[in-house]
Amino acid sequence: MSRPMPSPTRVLHYAFCCAMMVFLVGPILAVIPISFSSAGFLSYPIPGLSLQWYEKVLAASGPWLPALRNSLIVGTGTMALATILGTLAALGLARNDLPGRSFLLGLLIAPMVVPLVISGVAMYFLFARIGLTASYLGLILAHAVLGAPFVVITVTATLRNFDTTLVRAAYSLGASPVRAFFTVTLPLILPGVLSGGLFAFIFSFDEVVVALFIGGPEQRTLPRQMFDGIRDTIDPSILAMSTLLVGVTIVFMGLLARLGRGTGSKPGSNA
Amino acid sequence: MTRMASTTETMAGTSALAPPSLSSRAKARMVSVLLIAPLVLFLTLVFVLPLGGMLFHAVENGEVGGALPGVAAEMRGWTGEGLPPEAAYAALARDLKAAYGEPRLGEASRRLNYERAGYRALLAKTARAVRAIDRPQAGWTAELTAIDARWGEPATWAALRRASPSLTPYYLLTALDLRMDDGGAILRAPAEERIYIDTLGRTLWIGFVTTLLCLVLGFPLAHALVSLPRGFASVLMVCVLLPFWTSLLVRTSAWIVVLQKEGVLNGLLTRLGIVDAPLELVFNRFGLYVAMVHILLPFMILPILSVMKGISPSYMRASASLGAHPAVGFLKVYLPMTLPGVGAGCLMTFIIGVGYYITPSLVGGARDQMTSYFIAYYANTTINWGLSSALGAILLACIMLLYATVGRLIGVGRIAGIQ
Repeated sequence: MSRPMPSPTRVLHYAFCCAMMVFLVGPILAVIPISFSSAGFLSYPIPGLSLQWYEKVLAASGPWLPALRNSLIVGTGTMALATILGTLAALGLARNDLPGRSFLLGLLIAPMVVPLVISGVAMYFLFARIGLTASYLGLILAHAVLGAPFVVITVTATLRNFDTTLVRAAYSLGASPVRAFFTVTLPLILPGVLSGGLFAFIFSFDEVVVALFIGGPEQRTLPRQMFDGIRDTIDPSILAMSTLLVGVTIVFMGLLARLGRGTGSKPGSNA
Repeated sequence: MTRMASTTETMAGTSALAPPSLSSRAKARMVSVLLIAPLVLFLTLVFVLPLGGMLFHAVENGEVGGALPGVAAEMRGWTGEGLPPEAAYAALARDLKAAYGEPRLGEASRRLNYERAGYRALLAKTARAVRAIDRPQAGWTAELTAIDARWGEPATWAALRRASPSLTPYYLLTALDLRMDDGGAILRAPAEERIYIDTLGRTLWIGFVTTLLCLVLGFPLAHALVSLPRGFASVLMVCVLLPFWTSLLVRTSAWIVVLQKEGVLNGLLTRLGIVDAPLELVFNRFGLYVAMVHILLPFMILPILSVMKGISPSYMRASASLGAHPAVGFLKVYLPMTLPGVGAGCLMTFIIGVGYYITPSLVGGARDQMTSYFIAYYANTTINWGLSSALGAILLACIMLLYATVGRLIGVGRIAGIQ
């Protein structure tokens, strides 16, 4: 028995998918070899291999390492603030009979649908008056409020599969609400909380619009540095940085897959 | 007695496990509110308040009233016909003397210059000149007109009168390519100055085309993810998610390197002899669409995919067993069930697309800039916060209208990807 010939529509569907795969990952992969080029031009063929662009990017005197440091500071602060506030809010929202629940949810995720340039400019106007521009605190506050919706959404989704009778069981065994939260609820929703925190971190790590307005020269983050680099002249050192970031992305994807939320709404591309 | 006792005992014994009573329910609700409160408070202070402030900046008009309070008060009492009375000229002279050299006079000059070109120089010149006059010989009307003949023109005073109230429609009108003439009628701006409506139209059009392209490409791709064999589908899924998680700037720079004139694609096409001269593929509308579709495609695919995953194949089997052609079954049975996902995907793609700032500024040409560009430009470069805010308010209004409409149709939870 030979296998039946696939129908023409099926063949077409496969062909379409393969073309889309090339479109989706082709450009990202195509520029990676150029970052190892010994020449400064951005095309093929590559005359020879060299690590000079990586040396340039990772040079202690260059602008990239301080930018990375700033991104890590802001990202960590954002993650901490957004995760705590977002998780608490998601726990509160988990009650279906909460009055105005739908309105509250709409409000809490509003930062996701307002264009970043509007949020950024609005925060800049206010922060400029109270001296929060060009400060780490200002940038962390701004990123945290924009990143918190991702935590709310991720934790809310996790709580939908959460069996509330477990908490009642803990109460019936004499646990206080706080104890029940830390010994029963939190361990069970931890993967959701961690993914939410990771989302908030990635949002901040990739965010450039608000960083352009709120951050000063001292708070120049990695995306900001890349933005300026792309706007001036792209040289292979940008591609070296890109390649390193793609590597980081793959690590993040692996982490999220382990946490069980490989898909889901992703922050950051609202630029 | 025994029965009563046992009932009491049962009640005492079950109280911990019993369904929550009314008061404990109220208490739990209280706890929920307390849990949500910190984020709501934070959101209010760091997000809602700035946005509210921005909306206020769009109509705020304190500059002239702050620097020239006397003449601003006179302007409120004046009918606006012809020239104002002597009292207004005297008040202006007093105000200019008091404000001379202070930054607030500069702010008022800048504001008046929006109303009428040349006002900044006029005020500077007049302020310098009136300081030398202690006692006007022939009244301030004559003195000021002698300093500059423009003080004898009704248009100069009409502009001052328009700029005097503490609130103004000026920025919102400008953002809609309208202006108020000296008589208070609202007219369209001169043709060569009409840019913002065109920009808004272009912004919405780019958002629409991008959304449509994403739908046309994303729907079959989402369908492939649920219908094609598992192995192939998971490779496909990685290809959807890798760019999704990759930094926006990495993707944007990759597209520039691939598409630019001396870039990877042009190099390939030239070497293969397909084209003689390199094509213009980036820094124009084409490049912008390519990059935006690439970036936004996952926002279309993921909501559609989550709906498709929930559609049981038995529906299609049922329609086939009832004699429907697969195409009919697809159109009449399958497609309607995917609509909530399509709606959520289109909404997210459109909303994110129309707000784009970074991508158009890096891969678009000069004629592909969207409203966001002007919002940032007026906030940063020319420090015209009023116009920046007005443009932001109008774009925000378009987006919120859409968000509220679609949110009502398909539910906020679905847009957020929770349901």
